[in-house]
Amino acid sequence: MSSPSDIAAWQEPALTSSGVPNAKLGIWLFLASEVMLFSTLFTSYVVLRLGAASWPRGWVALNVPLAMVNTIVLITSSVTMVLAYAKVIEKDLSGFRKYMMATIGLAFLFLIFKSFEYGSHFTHHEYPSTSIFHAVYFTMTGLHCIHVIGGIIVNTGLLFMANEQFDHPLFAGRVEGAGLYWHFVDIVWIFLFPCIYLI
Amino acid sequence: MANEHPHRVAAAHGHPPPNVKLYIAIFGALIFLTILTVVVSWWHLPPAGAIAVALLIASFKASLVLAFFMHLKGEHKLIIAFLGIMLFTCIGFFLIPLDQHLLRDRTTHTEVKEEGGAPELPQAEPAKPQEAK
Repeated sequence: MSSPSDIAAWQEPALTSSGVPNAKLGIWLFLASEVMLFSTLFTSYVVLRLGAASWPRGWVALNVPLAMVNTIVLITSSVTMVLAYAKVIEKDLSGFRKYMMATIGLAFLFLIFKSFEYGSHFTHHEYPSTSIFHAVYFTMTGLHCIHVIGGIIVNTGLLFMANEQFDHPLFAGRVEGAGLYWHFVDIVWIFLFPCIYLI
Repeated sequence: MANEHPHRVAAAHGHPPPNVKLYIAIFGALIFLTILTVVVSWWHLPPAGAIAVALLIASFKASLVLAFFMHLKGEHKLIIAFLGIMLFTCIGFFLIPLDQHLLRDRTTHTEVKEEGGAPELPQAEPAKPQEAK
């Protein structure tokens, strides 16, 4: 049960010296560090690709239709995530549960499709050590998959937390933070898909 | 509770109230752009053109997600400033290898032009005949 002071905090913007809620600022700083991580990988990709004598086309070496389906799955999960946040704002617990479960389910679907793709490569004896192209492909998509797993863990935690803390003044901020992270994971894939699979 | 109106709660988090119709419209645009990216890759454009078009579409998709799903549109200036610094640093990361690549090409070109051909390798001096004592 929220105390009157909690409800006051819920209604008014959090007063911090920066003017931004600390948790939100922290999430954005974390995302900035994540962007640095992925941008160094993208830079390495550019260096390796420019220096390579030849580079296989994604259409030949990779499963583009499956990757396109995975892109649509991840974009859909971004929509369900923002709708889950909308339900928190509307104080609709069942709606939040529905959309959050859809987000988690779509994230699992993404990983299942990805495991099919990896399985196909391993069947054809294609490993990160096979070539520079495969090293780049497995490193970048593998790191992205780790981030998807991280998002599943956080979102599942929020789903269980909602049973008791849905009315907590900080709950909306937590869902917003998880949503920012999840949309970031989506944005990384939006760049990975054309760079690795199509160009 | 009347005090917990969604508009007030959304305002407390620093952005406008959720607009489900807008989210669905953005979703449609993202799906359309994804299909467009794949269709463009079938055209077999020259590498530079293919990279430019693919990254342009990807950047537009990312900006839609940032502006509407991440509520960056109308976000606090401090966060915008952080993202500006981040973007500047990222561009720097990308320019470093490109600059090295271009610099290497320019240096090689200049050497060839000045020498009038491939640079000659330094030749070893002929050994002096030893005088018989």
